[in-house]
Amino acid sequence: MTEAVLAIRDLRLAFGSRRSQSAVLHGISLHVRAGEKVALVGESGSGKSVTARLAMGLLQESPKVHATGSIRFDGIEAIDGGPEIARRRGNRVAMIFQDPTSALNPTFRIRGQFRDVLRSGGRRISVADADARAEAALAEVSIPDLKRALDSYAFQLSGGMNQRVMIAMALANRPALLIADEPGTALDVTVQAQTLALMHDLTEKRGTAVLLISHNLGVVREFADRVYVIYRGRIVEHGTTAQLFRDPLHPYTRALLAAIPKISGGGLPDLPERSPDFESPMITHEGCGEPQGFSA
Amino acid sequence: MILKSTLRRIGAALIVMIGISMLIFAIARVMPGDPARIALGPNATAEQVAALRFERHLDASLPVQYFEFLKALSRGDLGRSLYTNRPVTTDIAQFLPATLELVVVSAIIMVLIGLPLGIMSAHFRGRVPDHLGRLIALIGVCTPAFVWGVILQLFFGYFWPIFPIEGRLLETTPVPQGPTGFYLIDSLATGNVSTFFDALHHLILPALALAMSGLGQTARLTRANMIDVYDKPYVEMERAYGFKPFRIATRYAFRPAFIPTLTILGLEFAAMLGNAFLVEKVFGWPGLSRYGVEVIIRKDLDAIVGTVLIIAAAFLIMNIVVDILVGFINPRIRLAAGKG
Amino acid sequence: MSEPGSPVLPKRGGSKAVAAYFGNPLSVGGLLIVVVIVMLAALADYVTPFPDHVGPIGDFAAMNTGPGETYKLGTDTMGRDLFTRIIFGYRLSLIMAVVVLAIATPIGVIVGLVAGYKGGWTDYVLMRLTDVFLAVPPLVLAMAIMGFLEPTLMNGMLAITAMWWPWYARLIYNVTRAEAQEGYVLAAETVGASTAHILFREILPNCWPSILTKMTLDVGFVILMASSLSFLGLGVQPPTPDLGSMVADGAKYMPDAWWLSLWPAIAILLVVLGFNLVGDGLREAFEAEG
Repeated sequence: MTEAVLAIRDLRLAFGSRRSQSAVLHGISLHVRAGEKVALVGESGSGKSVTARLAMGLLQESPKVHATGSIRFDGIEAIDGGPEIARRRGNRVAMIFQDPTSALNPTFRIRGQFRDVLRSGGRRISVADADARAEAALAEVSIPDLKRALDSYAFQLSGGMNQRVMIAMALANRPALLIADEPGTALDVTVQAQTLALMHDLTEKRGTAVLLISHNLGVVREFADRVYVIYRGRIVEHGTTAQLFRDPLHPYTRALLAAIPKISGGGLPDLPERSPDFESPMITHEGCGEPQGFSA
Repeated sequence: MILKSTLRRIGAALIVMIGISMLIFAIARVMPGDPARIALGPNATAEQVAALRFERHLDASLPVQYFEFLKALSRGDLGRSLYTNRPVTTDIAQFLPATLELVVVSAIIMVLIGLPLGIMSAHFRGRVPDHLGRLIALIGVCTPAFVWGVILQLFFGYFWPIFPIEGRLLETTPVPQGPTGFYLIDSLATGNVSTFFDALHHLILPALALAMSGLGQTARLTRANMIDVYDKPYVEMERAYGFKPFRIATRYAFRPAFIPTLTILGLEFAAMLGNAFLVEKVFGWPGLSRYGVEVIIRKDLDAIVGTVLIIAAAFLIMNIVVDILVGFINPRIRLAAGKG
Repeated sequence: MSEPGSPVLPKRGGSKAVAAYFGNPLSVGGLLIVVVIVMLAALADYVTPFPDHVGPIGDFAAMNTGPGETYKLGTDTMGRDLFTRIIFGYRLSLIMAVVVLAIATPIGVIVGLVAGYKGGWTDYVLMRLTDVFLAVPPLVLAMAIMGFLEPTLMNGMLAITAMWWPWYARLIYNVTRAEAQEGYVLAAETVGASTAHILFREILPNCWPSILTKMTLDVGFVILMASSLSFLGLGVQPPTPDLGSMVADGAKYMPDAWWLSLWPAIAILLVVLGFNLVGDGLREAFEAEG
């Protein structure tokens, strides 16, 4: 087995002041190996998005965020954030967002934003080189008119086009890990499927690891090799995609899968009742344990 | 299209301008007392008062009076000042440049200090530089311009006398001759560098006193708008892609936040035109204020109306300029305008 | 949210707002400044050392003395105690601010409510009228009005009131425009509630937080404006103690008698700052309450 690029161990998170805190994560452990596609599935508010943001060191700056445990990424410890993980953002690890159009700055052209992406981590690159690489990256995501796209503002392009731009930006620096946070949920289903397929192909070709954050079981089944199910700040089930969909063992996972046919698009339903069974201990499928020792 | 929207703004400004002229005209004519009697003073004879009433159409109905006023206005005639005994337009042309120079330099100071202060506060939100920045901004907003004038004079004119406290130039410095009446520009245009520095030396304290309130307001607005922008997904994206925090603060979060800030800066400019009266009094600045206060105390009707109209016009023009600037900075507006 | 078993708490709570207000040291400091100034001004006759220095006559033996034992802040050119005159100046300023706001606020609120709710021509005419007032720098407009009137306390208040109401009209107009689309207003319309009922019983209650916040801030700003007018010689006339005139008179004796201008200048700064801090605190408190 290849080494893990991301290994999160017993991650706990509380928001709030010193006096009153509310716990959000109660000891999450997960890992992503090089080139692997892993999904973290849960309802909104389950803590999947904050897990992803903590892994990138995006929340730790705030005095209201109290995170403990361990986040190993790319040979460094990122639990407290800091300059080491900051230097890796945009090049060793990149992120794709829910709504690509609102994730691009409306007052700058794509070209300028792309230049700064290519300069992430303090790289020096001439304007001409940056533009050449941006064009190459956009060509890879099959954008037809490269120059026009670069000279556009996000609001001039369609949502699908912006999603392609985001994917190009994310992969431009050949990151080891791509975190996709509900990619394209804001887009219509066809466009969403197209861009997911594109993301799948490109990461496959380059051996980029992906951590997919999603509430959409349909997407997860198509996309991921391995799945973690998260419920109220705890991982409740972990297995390969095949194991999990064939033989769901945790009551929460079962409830989720049972609810799928009733709704269109494979999105997660808001389960009407909270069964106490959902709080039962985590189930790990065969061959899916967390790696021992920190190899990342 | 951008021309068309500009024309529409100018049209709207003209309507407001007519409204202002009606308002100030109404104030001047409807107030208790006979304007002719007030203008001529208690020692004037009944014949003199009657003559003035006739000359100014004061016996006609109000609409007729207003119409006469507009007719004169359209010829560029604002009437005659009883105080200087010259056309009001001549007086204003003489005193306005000094006021405008002061206000423009203040506006520049307001932007050059207020924006960085607001950016600093937002960037260091909740930490020491933020508290410091907010305190400076708050004190700036809460202190009238004349208090700033007095305090600055006291500290930098008397206790530590590094700046002059009165006038636009030293008595020994020749007054620069030029088309603008802005000493800074005229002195440079004639290549007179020492005059330029003397004029600048005299400008700094009054301009700073006048800028403080707008500067504080600018910093507060910039901070508030930037904090809104920091919550936007695109700022999270920029952080997630390793953009330097300083670059986000000064560029990527600043520009979207600057657009709503800029529209309010027009109002700050208006306040400055008014506050210039206070600062000019403190620093003996030979601008429109000395004239304005003098004509007000002397109930010099035409001069008061003229002064108010000119200041309102300056404010409206500034607002149009701000609107056009916003259009250029905001790509949504600019591109929508370009398409049509 | 109120807990079911606690009859002591008022139904609408407010405890969150109170906690938010007193959680911010700046807001508490502002409240302290305001309370002290208001108390001093209200009890000026009893707390000032030389209440008779309000008139034109002071202690001629001690003209223009700097801060010292008897006169803590010094005396003016008439030998009058500066501290006494500043406190009486506060009293006058506060009365002016209260009167101005008591008149300007209802006018502005009614204009804003009617224009925002009625729309159409009413909206257009009222709001263009408001624009006209807002397009003249406030101080200049007040000066111009004063120019045609005698400089008295009453006229000063009149001039400031005339330029103050449009700000409330603008504020309430924007709130009303937003609220008029809300479900509860539409519901009231469907059951045939009268316009007056909708304006004052349905929409107005939602405007109170913005109105109260603005009024608090404006106490400071009205004082600032009034002192600016009197600094220019267009306000209250001597011998009535007035902060703006005190700064103006003192400026003639700078720098030797620096206390003449500096103390009243700081006094103005303090009161405006105090009301600003309270206003900002209120805004945050209302936001916390949601």
